[in-house]
Amino acid sequence: MATAVMTSLDTKSRSAPRGMSDIRIRNLFIIPTILFLIVFNIFPLIYSLGYSFTDFRASSNAPASFVGLQNYRALLNDPFIWLNFAITAKYVIISVTGQVIVGFGTAMLLNRDIPLKGLLTTLLLLPMMLSMAVVGLFWKLLYDPSFGIINYTFGLGSFEWLSNPDMALYAVAITDIWMWSPFVMLLSLAGLSAVPKHLYEAAAIDRAGPFYTFFRITLPLVAPILMIAVIFRTMEAFKTFDLAYILTSQPTTEVISIRLYKMAFQEWQTGRSCALAYIVLIMVLAITNIYVKYLNKVKER
Amino acid sequence: MAAVQTRSERALNRIAIAAVLVITLIFLAPVYWITATAFKPRNLATTIPPTVLFEPEISPFVKLFTKRSQLREAPTPEEYAAAPWWERMVFDGGEKIVRSGRGEVQPSGYPNRFMNSLIVAITSTVLAVGMGTFTAYGFSRFRVKGEADLLFFILSTRMLPPVVVAIPMFLMYRVVGLNDTHWGLIILYTAFNLSFSVWLMKGFIDEIPKEYEEAALVDGYTRMQAFFKIVIPEAATGIAATAVFCFITAWNEFAFALIMTNRRAQTAPPFIPSQVGSGLPDWTVIAAGTFLFLLPVAIFTFLLRNHLLRGMSFGAIRK
Repeated sequence: MATAVMTSLDTKSRSAPRGMSDIRIRNLFIIPTILFLIVFNIFPLIYSLGYSFTDFRASSNAPASFVGLQNYRALLNDPFIWLNFAITAKYVIISVTGQVIVGFGTAMLLNRDIPLKGLLTTLLLLPMMLSMAVVGLFWKLLYDPSFGIINYTFGLGSFEWLSNPDMALYAVAITDIWMWSPFVMLLSLAGLSAVPKHLYEAAAIDRAGPFYTFFRITLPLVAPILMIAVIFRTMEAFKTFDLAYILTSQPTTEVISIRLYKMAFQEWQTGRSCALAYIVLIMVLAITNIYVKYLNKVKER
Repeated sequence: MAAVQTRSERALNRIAIAAVLVITLIFLAPVYWITATAFKPRNLATTIPPTVLFEPEISPFVKLFTKRSQLREAPTPEEYAAAPWWERMVFDGGEKIVRSGRGEVQPSGYPNRFMNSLIVAITSTVLAVGMGTFTAYGFSRFRVKGEADLLFFILSTRMLPPVVVAIPMFLMYRVVGLNDTHWGLIILYTAFNLSFSVWLMKGFIDEIPKEYEEAALVDGYTRMQAFFKIVIPEAATGIAATAVFCFITAWNEFAFALIMTNRRAQTAPPFIPSQVGSGLPDWTVIAAGTFLFLLPVAIFTFLLRNHLLRGMSFGAIRK
């Protein structure tokens, strides 16, 4: 096929420019995507920035009136919003720490000759590919105090997970750890398998103990990739919505995304929710910035 | 790893293998439980102790697809005998299938939501991967002013929290009438996946040697012909992997679907949890719906296994 095309084109002059110029093709390939993202991501954000200075309520027909910075002032002085941020921070810490321990630990165990290693790794990765909302829903049954298999397996009697205000956030985090430890494991495995084998051989010749080998060779070399996993998961956990929304309706699990959702679509405080969205957005962009800087640093090496 | 192993190393290895097996079992237990519950009769779904061994049946799937109501009185033997096998299963569970005046079986809300999920996920995947591949080629092969900034801009759109974007999009869609439509969701998912698709495809295209196209250009191909006849076939695996990732993301998405749709265009993720309302839910039916919904993703995960690392790190880490 290729030769046919070549001969058919060969008759044309080789020096003359054929088809579109490279610059036109470049613009044709890139500009639509940029425009699409501007129209459907940036423009909405500008739109909501405008509303964040008003008292607009999407549920009423009253026209929006300008209130200046009042929404922002009210939000930043609202202790309940800070409580939502504190819950989010607690959730991020529990869930990311758990994922690093389980994920990195499993990667350390897997980083050796194991029969059916490929199959085991694929099976372990399954949870993170599944829908958070749909699988999260099923965890409701697993956590059920009277007939859930978690209480049965661990002999916890009729321990309350989701309806207990002190436990609910941990229950959500445990499900999140189940879903996302595989992600940390996957990246850790990549890092571990990239550690040059001769370093371990040299350490063995020097009769270095396992702790020395781990802290002086393994950890420093895996750290950059592990760090990517940590920042990425922090970013995602900060934005978390699906799991907490599906699993519980406790005030103790009201992470910031859920507060934002309720403010916007249940209380219909549209103007104020736009302001809160902006506060959240600035925080997310800050973490994203750190993430991308770090990615570039790792890529350069 | 090492060819020579001491006895203690071998013992350690065995412990590690056992630990890995235990961890795998724990990780798969919830998935197994969903699958098992989807094939249980209703009275075995919530027993204490949990029922592990049982005779699988497909009545949950019959119930999943049909509209049912509680039986007030048992069906007469004639009615029972006249009913097809799948309707008897519903009778056995103490329910009856709702039929229209002309006797047609009424479907439940599930098949419709499943179709919506398919339409939205497939269309948005085609759009995101198509546009993403062009853009990735543009960035990979041509000099672009402020390339790093543009790529950062593209990536940052992916990081926006869905709820933050959803508030203005909801207001804008209300004006143009896109709320609760397939296109409304398709646009959102395309935008969401586009940045991912550009980043991932750029990695794949960067790996195709420029010399291939240059040779073709010398041979008289136009740039466009070189792109379609050389780059696209070389990038086929990458395109397929990217498409599967985009599909899974769109298929699983919950927050936008919850906010932007309610009846006509609702996808499965907001619908399945809404079945657990007040009262005692029939977990076998929920498990059957969940099982069918998770099945495509499980198959795709298996097919994708060699590309997962790349996909999950936006192409930053390759193997």
